[in-house]
Amino acid sequence: MLRIKNVESGYGRLKVLKKVTMHIGAGEIVTIIGANGAGKTSLLRTVSGLIRARSGEILFDMKEIGKLPPEKIVFLGCSLVPEGRQVFAPMTVKENILLGAYPQYRRKRGDQVRDDLERVYGLFPRLRERERQLAGTLSGGEQQMLAIARALMARPKLIMMDEPSMGLAPLVIKDIFTIVTKLRGEGNTVLLVEQNAKAALGIADRGYVLETGRIIMEGTAEDLLSNREVQRAYLGRDLDAEGTM
Amino acid sequence: MYWEPDKECMDREELEQLQLERLQSTLNRVYAHVPFYRKKFDALGILPEEIGSLSDLSRLPFTTKEDVRGNYPYGLFAVPLREVVRIHASSGSAEASSVVGYTRNDITMWSKLVARILVAGGVTKDDVVQVSFRYGLFTGGFGLHYGAERLGASVIPASSGNTARQIQIMKDFKTTALVSTPSYAMLVADTIREMGIPVSALSLKYGLFGGEPWSEKMRQEIQDALGIVATDNYGLSEVIGPGVSGECLERNGLHINEDHFLVEVIDPKTLQPVPPGRTGELVVTTLTKEAFPMIRYRTRDLTSLYTGNCPCGRTGRRMSRLVGRTDEMLIIRGMKVSPSKIESLLFEIEGMEPNYRIVIDRKGALDEVTVLVEAAGEPPFGQERRHVGSAVETIRKRLTHELGVTVDVKLVEKKVLETADGKPIRVLDNRKM
Repeated sequence: MLRIKNVESGYGRLKVLKKVTMHIGAGEIVTIIGANGAGKTSLLRTVSGLIRARSGEILFDMKEIGKLPPEKIVFLGCSLVPEGRQVFAPMTVKENILLGAYPQYRRKRGDQVRDDLERVYGLFPRLRERERQLAGTLSGGEQQMLAIARALMARPKLIMMDEPSMGLAPLVIKDIFTIVTKLRGEGNTVLLVEQNAKAALGIADRGYVLETGRIIMEGTAEDLLSNREVQRAYLGRDLDAEGTM
Repeated sequence: MYWEPDKECMDREELEQLQLERLQSTLNRVYAHVPFYRKKFDALGILPEEIGSLSDLSRLPFTTKEDVRGNYPYGLFAVPLREVVRIHASSGSAEASSVVGYTRNDITMWSKLVARILVAGGVTKDDVVQVSFRYGLFTGGFGLHYGAERLGASVIPASSGNTARQIQIMKDFKTTALVSTPSYAMLVADTIREMGIPVSALSLKYGLFGGEPWSEKMRQEIQDALGIVATDNYGLSEVIGPGVSGECLERNGLHINEDHFLVEVIDPKTLQPVPPGRTGELVVTTLTKEAFPMIRYRTRDLTSLYTGNCPCGRTGRRMSRLVGRTDEMLIIRGMKVSPSKIESLLFEIEGMEPNYRIVIDRKGALDEVTVLVEAAGEPPFGQERRHVGSAVETIRKRLTHELGVTVDVKLVEKKVLETADGKPIRVLDNRKM
């Protein structure tokens, strides 16, 4: 579905990503784990077209998207749920959700938008209850659901999520991750960027470890979870204190 | 039958994407964690991030057996020792050996790759697999053992030696698959004949042989004598052990596990790649190893790459069965004899690589070969002496049988093989040509 080859990008003179090569197959949940500043968000922003790749290939559905503007990329079916939710606080929940249907309006499929709204309300009943409430008054978890709901309105084939668990309580994180699994169950493909490596690897099929802009490991979620370096650096396990495993 | 169909029959383009991803992450890891590689890359002015395609691999330096030995024991490990759960070593006495390590993930991955090869060779979970590779530092025994267990077969860790007992086990335990070196399979076949056991008394169906080059003629003999389908498989401890490649039942080349190993075939003299179909030295880069990644390892094994698809459906490229080694061949009475073959046979018989020297003399028109083997400990007396005598006789018989040239074997004291600079002299050719 998504195939990235030798992508380099950054901000100004700062090169953040160094020859990143990775792929996501249709129907997979793939996670990218890494420390703060490793380049995880930059990678998602590059794929979304928010920052331009300096070199390399980004193929989405076998189509090169590296030079397309962000809205074209969304139009092709690749949506981003940005870090920190980025909901429009002074607007209602429903208005926020409908904003995500922009590509559908462009296709003049107003009736379809109603069906899609029903579908996301089915997925997030809480949002239906609060559809008239201002987004700014929602809890963190609800805002995250809203951000996901908004992205789903574009009918994406690939949903990219940037740190969906950030700042949320453990129980809420569990809800969010259950939703991610559910989305895959409905045939979506998910690229999940997380600092909460344990939770992410818990639901992912495969993962990549990004370190200072380079991929240093690729493997099944199971392999990464049992890799000692990953355990020490990203799963917060103090192996020396544990003695024998 | 496949073990991991999504990997073994992967679309070529997808495979190459995966190989590039894994190559880049392996390079990033070795550059960060193995000073040996970092120094070599730095000396050539290459950063891992300059490798943007599989063909860029040729810009990287080779790694040789001498490099591995020079970093004895742990110099090439990419993880701290506490992450290593297994250590093997290739032949060679102490400092002359290659020491390799495996993390828990490496062991899992290795087992899966060996399971693939077993399945390709006809083995299923319902088989009784007798592993007659030597267990110990050598990777063969444990490698096949873990793979067969992973597959779910019933594994008999018979190890090598005591052939009569092995045959008894084979008969009584109803072994259906034999795993060993091809020369051991020949020995088993001979011994069965000597013991007067009809092949019909055995339940053998498949034989998976590796560890040394063997001919099609030898395959035919083994297949006929044991009533089995014999397949070849390949691996070496510096790369992982068994599990690099193996034949399927079509027996037309060894399928390489290309999602884990990147292979090249080069001309050993010019070091340039040779086109598919042409024989050259196999060079292997590991793509997923954690503890002991290997970049462009020169295996010294001669093979060629096949093009075209195999009817079995596996998409991994195939390599030909080994046609020999890059080291010098000795021509004795017109027969080609490889010193490394003698070395591996001694290793197999003795269980460890003994100190030895091959001495060739010419008496009149005839070449005479004597293998001097260092005796362990004090010279034996009495009863013990007779025992040693029979061991020497076993080695003599075996070498003569395998090499097709009469070989004399002499047990010598340690100091006889000592040299001034401590470097062993393996071949002493006294012939005046």
